[in-house]
Amino acid sequence: MSTTATSPVPGKPLKPQQRPPHPDRNRKPAVSAKPVTWKLPVTLLVLAVVAFIVFGLLGPHGTAKFGISSGGDFFQLPAIEVPAYLAGIVLSVIMLGLAGYAMVLKTKNVRPPRWLPVVFTVLFVVSFLIWVVGGARTPSISLAGLIAGSVTLAVPIVFGSLSGVLCERAGVVNIAIEGQLLGGAFTAAIVASLTDNPYLGLLAAAVAGALVSMVLAVFSIKYVVNQIIVGVVLNVLISGLTGFLFSTVMQANKEMFNSPGRLPIIEIPVLSSIPVLGPILFKQSVVGYLMYVAVIVVWIGLFKTKWGLRVRAVGEHPQAADTLGIKVNATRFWNVTLGGAVAGIGGSFFTLVAIDSFTKEISGGRGFIALAAMILGRWNPIGAFFAALLFGFADNLQSIVTIIGTPVPSQFMAMLPYLVTVFAVAGLVGRSRPPAADGIPYVKG
Amino acid sequence: MVRVLKLELKGITKRFGSLVANDHIDVVVEPGQIHCLLGENGAGKSTLMNVLYGLYEPTEGQILVDNKPVTFRGPGDAMAAGIGMVHQHFMLVPVFTVAENVALGAETTTAGGFLNLDDTRRKIQEISDRYGFDVDPDALIEDLPVGVQQRVEIIKALVRDAKVLILDEPTAVLTPQDTDELLDIMRQLKSHGTSIVFISHKLREVKAVSDTITVIRRGKVVGTADPGASTTELASMMVGRAVNLTLDKSPAKPQETTFEVKDLTVIAPSGQHVVDGISFDIARGEILAIAGVQGNGQTELTEAILGLQDRVHGSILLDGEELLGRSVKEVLNAGVGFVPEDRSVDGLIGTFSIAENLILDRYDQAPFAKGISMSPAKVLENAMTRIDEFDVRTPSGSLAAGTLSGGNQQKVVMARELSRPLRLFIASQPTRGVDVGSIEFLHKRIVAERDHGTPVMIVSTELDEVIDLADRIAVLYKGKLVGIVPAGTGRGVLGLMMAGLSPEDAHGDTAGSHPARATAETPAEPQTGNPAEPQTGNPAEPQATNQATAAQPAQEFRSGAVGDDHE
Repeated sequence: MSTTATSPVPGKPLKPQQRPPHPDRNRKPAVSAKPVTWKLPVTLLVLAVVAFIVFGLLGPHGTAKFGISSGGDFFQLPAIEVPAYLAGIVLSVIMLGLAGYAMVLKTKNVRPPRWLPVVFTVLFVVSFLIWVVGGARTPSISLAGLIAGSVTLAVPIVFGSLSGVLCERAGVVNIAIEGQLLGGAFTAAIVASLTDNPYLGLLAAAVAGALVSMVLAVFSIKYVVNQIIVGVVLNVLISGLTGFLFSTVMQANKEMFNSPGRLPIIEIPVLSSIPVLGPILFKQSVVGYLMYVAVIVVWIGLFKTKWGLRVRAVGEHPQAADTLGIKVNATRFWNVTLGGAVAGIGGSFFTLVAIDSFTKEISGGRGFIALAAMILGRWNPIGAFFAALLFGFADNLQSIVTIIGTPVPSQFMAMLPYLVTVFAVAGLVGRSRPPAADGIPYVKG
Repeated sequence: MVRVLKLELKGITKRFGSLVANDHIDVVVEPGQIHCLLGENGAGKSTLMNVLYGLYEPTEGQILVDNKPVTFRGPGDAMAAGIGMVHQHFMLVPVFTVAENVALGAETTTAGGFLNLDDTRRKIQEISDRYGFDVDPDALIEDLPVGVQQRVEIIKALVRDAKVLILDEPTAVLTPQDTDELLDIMRQLKSHGTSIVFISHKLREVKAVSDTITVIRRGKVVGTADPGASTTELASMMVGRAVNLTLDKSPAKPQETTFEVKDLTVIAPSGQHVVDGISFDIARGEILAIAGVQGNGQTELTEAILGLQDRVHGSILLDGEELLGRSVKEVLNAGVGFVPEDRSVDGLIGTFSIAENLILDRYDQAPFAKGISMSPAKVLENAMTRIDEFDVRTPSGSLAAGTLSGGNQQKVVMARELSRPLRLFIASQPTRGVDVGSIEFLHKRIVAERDHGTPVMIVSTELDEVIDLADRIAVLYKGKLVGIVPAGTGRGVLGLMMAGLSPEDAHGDTAGSHPARATAETPAEPQTGNPAEPQTGNPAEPQATNQATAAQPAQEFRSGAVGDDHE
């Protein structure tokens, strides 16, 4: 290990946190029982008090109406009508109770159970929803529509976060998800337009995403360039490239190059008429169905197969994998490529499902939200899926809420997804641990 | 039934650029033998084993397995040929379970590539039962103590059907108790027909367990030795000249106590009390050695004294002045000399010259500095004096410090710290990774500083060093002070204290020791001449009380081993 990079001034000893990692420091600390921190109880208490004052005491006195069934369902459930003021009080009191419970556990130095923050979050979201709807000009909202819309908005985020999981589990940081989404969206549009076949567009999107990813893989693995820098540069590069081609080629001949046509929505008979769940699970485009398949396949692949064990080993302790005859850099290369293909498919959602044309920056930063979803989901495909849904939900909520008209300015609502991110990452998730070799290139000694 | 394997290395040469790490090395490992490669750090032992394990390709030479030449392109080939390796730094994924780690790279799968860990669990259980390892296949590696992790490494090799097991400095991370257990495991493996290549520079262990010893020096085989050879003989073969392993040290003449630590607690960023309410003092003219297994708070303790730790409570008094809360510079200026545990990270700036490194703590003071300018002539002049005084082997003081060998680097650090008047001297791992010849020199300098009337604090994880240097020994365990015992306390007692037993319990435990343990320990240095040693060998009344809780794994291991020993 060289000392040159880390010793700034002669005679001035380094602060401990500035030091390069030292093998001995990676050992288990001397005292094994970790003390339970005040972080969670305090976060919960603050949120519960906010909920009690805003949603409860200052809450609207109207009734919030939540429609469950839509017209086409094969059985109808009545809409739920909730007295907003009462619900606000009751729910926030329960939240205060949960926060109190967390406090009691802390004083006994017991780690709070995992359900506690989850239940708390659900209660908070529900009471927020009742507060918003109850105070709106038209205090009625379709729950089915809200959830179905959330899933739709979450699709590219889910694919992006799966791409992140695939790369980072193997030890390569993928900041270029945004670029892969954008590359996929652009290629899907152009190929589908030229061939008049959206399915070929979908395939091409996967290839495009993989190609973008291969650039990341080659530079970060073979040439050991800083992965964050390559990723950022790729994002800028793809954004510039697609933007340029859009304004020169696509705009010039829109008919030929930018009219991909949409992937049809495939409705599974009977099942799609189940209230709430039907439209989410059984009334999707190919990309939507692929999303569910991808989440499950990546999860099973990572945690139940030989391939996954090796991938995770490469991301955690590449040297150990190497001494067992596993080809570290080849594993990383193909994983990053696969991740790119997955993100590319996600990108096709923008141009083949959401709308039927490409515009500049169509991915609109969702690649970065996907990165947050991956962290929030603790590098687990299923966790990332639900985290992405949370972002999709927040995204959808703000547009719906703007439509029904609430006293809260829409700009504040637009901040919602990001507020959710900050709170979720800071307080509710707790310590999340990335793969140990994440972002560290492997060079054979 | 058991397939045995003869391994031969013929004329192995490995060059890295102009550096010859291995120079025509010939070694024959006979089937069912424990073959020791003895040599100092940097002698080329690990390089040789990495060649054998397929991690490096030899520049010249041949590897023969059962008299047939083989080429290993990677560890996979070596494993297929029946060679397993336990690396000095374990190659285990901390967040995986034991079973997952063992399966990795040699997975059994059902149709479709799904993992079949049950099969791996069964194999682990089988090996664990055969050797009495007591390893839970579903435990996470990061939750296991180091000794158990090492067993997992051995299981990993055995599951892959290793006939020759390479152990690279396996005892470096172990407590003396764990070390004894490992030596027992090695004997058992041998009795089951596994050959072992044991790499070490610790003479005591080598003598205790080897059948054949090959000594390597500067990349060359300098000879073979019999385990019956005396440690002095082995040491001089290893170093290439006569060495005096015993430190000539006059008894301490402690004067007044000038350094006091009271209720010192250091809190890590994670909120853990890594140093937990410890108190001790050191008198002028006395060496206090802090013993303990690595990672029990030693680093934080020394850093706290120097002012490098942020969250420290308690009191650190030097000549009645409080050091706590002062900046590092103030602490150094108060007359504290400090040799950090990792010289290459904290002790030296590798790209700076030796001369510059020698004044890192006084670069802004006369005579090296005048106002804002420095005087290179004075710096170089100082370097010449120090290099002479400390016998640093270098052609010039203007060479980069990073080019020196470990021992010479350590001499530079020591020379810097001892070249100003001190009121306290702290040395952490003063001889880690240092050749035997330099150890002798460094130890003498430390004792000289003591005799000069400075309170000296030594932190070491090497029990031999602690025993050699200390006038009193303080043992740290999980950040707490287990106890302070006088010099001459038995190796066994110290070992148990390092596992957390109080001095009283430790004495009781070793006094009633099992005959089995006594034999495992007898190859102790005859010439260390510890007055308290006789305590250990008293099997007269085997007490039941020796089933001490802290030594539990040891006990379980032994009881499991009894029945299976002669197959």
